[in-house]
Amino acid sequence: MAFIPPIRSGSTPLAVFDRWRRRWLAGVQNPQLRRSAFVLMAFAAGLLPLLAGAAHAALPKAVNDGADTLLMLMGSALVLLMTPGLAFFYGGFTRAKNVLNTMMMSFFLMGLIGVLWIVIGYSLAFDTGFNSPFIGGLGAMWLHGVGGEFGDAPLADGFNLSATSFALFQGMFAIITPALISGAIVERVSFKAWFWFCLLWSLLIYSPMAKMVWGGGFLGPFGSIGAIDFAGGTVVHIASGVAALVAAAIIGDRSTWPDSKRPPHNVPFILLGAGLLWFGWFGFNGASMFAAKTAGLPFLTTTTSASAGLLSWCLIEWFKDGKPTAVGAATGAVAGLVGITPAAGFVYLPQAVLIGTLTAAACFIAVQVKAAIKFDDSLDTFMVHGVGGTIGALLTGILASKTLVAADYFPLSAKIMEEGGNVGLFLAQLKAVLFSYGFVGLGTALILWFLQLFMPLRVKPTEEERGLDYVAHGEEAYDPMTN
Amino acid sequence: MKMITALVRPSKVDAVKSALVSLDIVGMTVAEVRGFGRQKGQVERYRGNEFTVDFLSKSKIIVVVDDSKVEAAISAISEAARTGEIGDGKIFITPVETAVRIRTGERGESAL
Repeated sequence: MAFIPPIRSGSTPLAVFDRWRRRWLAGVQNPQLRRSAFVLMAFAAGLLPLLAGAAHAALPKAVNDGADTLLMLMGSALVLLMTPGLAFFYGGFTRAKNVLNTMMMSFFLMGLIGVLWIVIGYSLAFDTGFNSPFIGGLGAMWLHGVGGEFGDAPLADGFNLSATSFALFQGMFAIITPALISGAIVERVSFKAWFWFCLLWSLLIYSPMAKMVWGGGFLGPFGSIGAIDFAGGTVVHIASGVAALVAAAIIGDRSTWPDSKRPPHNVPFILLGAGLLWFGWFGFNGASMFAAKTAGLPFLTTTTSASAGLLSWCLIEWFKDGKPTAVGAATGAVAGLVGITPAAGFVYLPQAVLIGTLTAAACFIAVQVKAAIKFDDSLDTFMVHGVGGTIGALLTGILASKTLVAADYFPLSAKIMEEGGNVGLFLAQLKAVLFSYGFVGLGTALILWFLQLFMPLRVKPTEEERGLDYVAHGEEAYDPMTN
Repeated sequence: MKMITALVRPSKVDAVKSALVSLDIVGMTVAEVRGFGRQKGQVERYRGNEFTVDFLSKSKIIVVVDDSKVEAAISAISEAARTGEIGDGKIFITPVETAVRIRTGERGESAL
């Protein structure tokens, strides 16, 4: 629910007052009249902030609140842990000869995007310098001025958390989003191409998406569409899912697929990773409330939806194939978490159970369809994150509670709900979803076609056969002869 | 001297070892191997997709014994490793020219 009210830099109240004073008094020559007019104007100007205040009466003047800031810092640490968690989740699915490369595709981004976010990513997403609803600005490069001299300045009126903790929290999201894409293209993509892809994708797709949804931009509640996305259904899951689908289509199938496909090499890794993801998701969704006092609800909806997703996936398997599987439990939990992400702070618990159940069922069907059409989205990134994110975003429109979509923080969305109810909000969500598919799909394709001019996107078939751990990194995960 | 190569279920390794030790056969080598015979592979499911795993885990026990103990060893291994179900494994017997104990340089049966 991140949104920063636009800050008009360079126009302090005094400067604005001075401009108007000169314009209005230009024709008044009588010094007596000038003085009286000046006093009247000053008086009126003094009232203006009160009038402005009336419009946003519910947004209290910002004071850094320790508990809210601590929620963000704790949330940041939790979300960071999701990236190595994802590395284990994905690593378990691959062949033993590719596990390090697969894990590095996620883990490495804690380095690359971690730096990129500070240098320019945050600024492109949350600065307002370009005055554009699609992209931020360059004013907050190196987090310049964010949080003031001591890093304790609040984010904005109505938000009591420090701006530094907000920038950190958002950075963790920026790291995991491209990491999610890797699942679709593991075991064949060149690591060099992956490096450049993530760098460009983060700047050209992720930051604009974050701006459009959370930074007061085009898609969000302060923009033109009025869609709501609590913690990243569109920005993180639809974006990574669609990018994964496009990347898998452009890069192509693994050379051995589907003729000699292999089962996951380490299912315990998958469970470990899913557990870490679930744990981290408390920060991902829970801390997205931005207020410690009310964070209990998104914490609850998040974990409840994950439970419902896990249970549904296992029950479907049990009825259909006769056995509930460990991989299914892990996948169902992640599907439930993906589904609740856009809704976590906008729904109550019965709706959370419904979202978890429906998302898991939809993802289960999507995975079967993928296998049937023999499309090599290797680890089902689109099938879980793309499909799950889409179902979640649409269900958010249908199930969001009016009480929780507060007009102060979501003015356009609240207005849409006032006028058109949940149907209206559903249509806004649908527009945002379609826009995201188009923007991310086309943007990802352009980035990959551009990169293809300079380097091969995938390794040679012989290198694929040898295994990417050794080919890309000169390492082996498991070597029985090292005593 | 004969080399006995027994391919058995991994869960039966301990029972086979005890049976051989009770015949005073000390020293054996065990390897984890994969293979299939009449049992063929097994079908596994991940995310609802079926994978046929052709090669199943087995344990290969290698032990070299004095000619006089071969028959007793065969029956001990068979009894210990048998479940009666398909997939219990196989035993192969091959002649061994000689044996050398590396530490002392002893040769022949005294090296066993």
